[in-house]
Amino acid sequence: MTATGSISKRSLEDATMERTYLDHAAATPARPEVVEAMLPYFQERFGNPSAVYDLAAEIKDSIEEQRARVAELIGAPADSIIFTSCGAEANNLAIKGAALANLKKGRHLIVSAIEHHSVLNSARFLEKFHDFEVTFLPVNRYGQVEPERLRRVLTPATVLVSIQHASNEIGTVQQIPELAALCREHGVVFHTDAVATAGSIPIDVKDMQVDLLTLSGPALGAPKGIGALYFRPKVRLVPQIHSGIQESGRRGGTENVPGIIGLGTAAKLALGELEERARHLRFLRDRLVAGVMDRIPAVIYTGHPEERLPGHASFCFVGIEGEALIFMLNRRGIYANTGSACASKALKVSPTLCAIGLSPDVAQGSIVFTFSRDNREEEMDYVLVELPQAVERLRSFSPVWHKKMAAASGESR
Amino acid sequence: MRFLTECKADASADLVYRVCPMHLLEPAEFLKGMKEGQVLEILTDYDGALDDIPAWCAKHGQEFIGVCEDDCDDCYRLYIKKVS
Repeated sequence: MTATGSISKRSLEDATMERTYLDHAAATPARPEVVEAMLPYFQERFGNPSAVYDLAAEIKDSIEEQRARVAELIGAPADSIIFTSCGAEANNLAIKGAALANLKKGRHLIVSAIEHHSVLNSARFLEKFHDFEVTFLPVNRYGQVEPERLRRVLTPATVLVSIQHASNEIGTVQQIPELAALCREHGVVFHTDAVATAGSIPIDVKDMQVDLLTLSGPALGAPKGIGALYFRPKVRLVPQIHSGIQESGRRGGTENVPGIIGLGTAAKLALGELEERARHLRFLRDRLVAGVMDRIPAVIYTGHPEERLPGHASFCFVGIEGEALIFMLNRRGIYANTGSACASKALKVSPTLCAIGLSPDVAQGSIVFTFSRDNREEEMDYVLVELPQAVERLRSFSPVWHKKMAAASGESR
Repeated sequence: MRFLTECKADASADLVYRVCPMHLLEPAEFLKGMKEGQVLEILTDYDGALDDIPAWCAKHGQEFIGVCEDDCDDCYRLYIKKVS
């Protein structure tokens, strides 16, 4: 069936029987192979890897094996991976750790305006408590940082630039090699948050020329509670959790051994399935996007139309509130997201959507669908039946929509 | 303590900002891969290393050559010659 093909009645009935979960950027189930690999490390192989007896050495060896697997996913040497408790911790370590390690050079940081809160708030912490100056770099209408714009704000005092690899909110993938090359030319450490891309599109830290790269376990099919930071050899980091010899003195705290086993296993699976998975996700995405654009008027497909995550479709529906739409879809068994959980819960307009130039009214109608390898074509078709009805119903009692319609009819008269 | 103005090294272990006791563990690993007579440079910002590394050399039969203070980098450079 093509991306715009017909929707069969039987497949729709199948899909409606179940939960249609399309919020994999927020959380995705741990893979059975991952859980199976982790289980022995809760009870049989419980030893502390820092102890000196053989039980500990076995655990330590297992950790190093997983480190190599995670490194392979991003084309890095094994000893350049630091395990953390999550992507946010890896981002904190990258931003604060690299900035504080370079105080002699200067106190200027550059981050894009559409970074994750863990990057933005780490930068703000340095601004408030360590007298850093932070430049929040604007993006174009697709959410991309333009290299020339970055070049203009680099100064001799700049110590670090952090630009995400892709946005979980609008799906846009950045031109990291160009941006990172510019930083290397100026002797500035470059960090990228690859939580949205690791395991989703190919990553090679050497080709990308990045110095630091964040990834997260749950995004790969490992459980919550594990992440990792890649660091290029020679890049110094001031630890953010001070303890002993764990992670070679770069990140203290007894290792989350089951989590590390889970992340390594998930990374190995992800690497083997990268192409096939991306092909499947692109098919689902294109089918959903074509259907939405075809069936629903006054909708904006946010982010870059081509340079975007394969399993990511994001829209803004004029005249409605994203949260209301999420609740309506929820009642029909469809699970999606407004894009920014923090902004949504605080009833704030998403900074990312503002940064790409959408008005607050339009940005409020944001909805994001993110897929996994387990999602099926029938689920897209089910959404394409339910979503237009939900949008139409919400618009029927939306003053913003009625005003827009009245204005449009006035113009046509 | 022997203070040096410069010293040539065959390998360098960067332990700046790495927490204690990495300044003892990682040099030991580096020395395993080096030949007798070769010199290892240790970069550290940890003040305790000034006592710990000479003491470690005495205990493990290695020769502690001395220390340079690196004004540009805000760290110490300690030098060890592999004896055995």
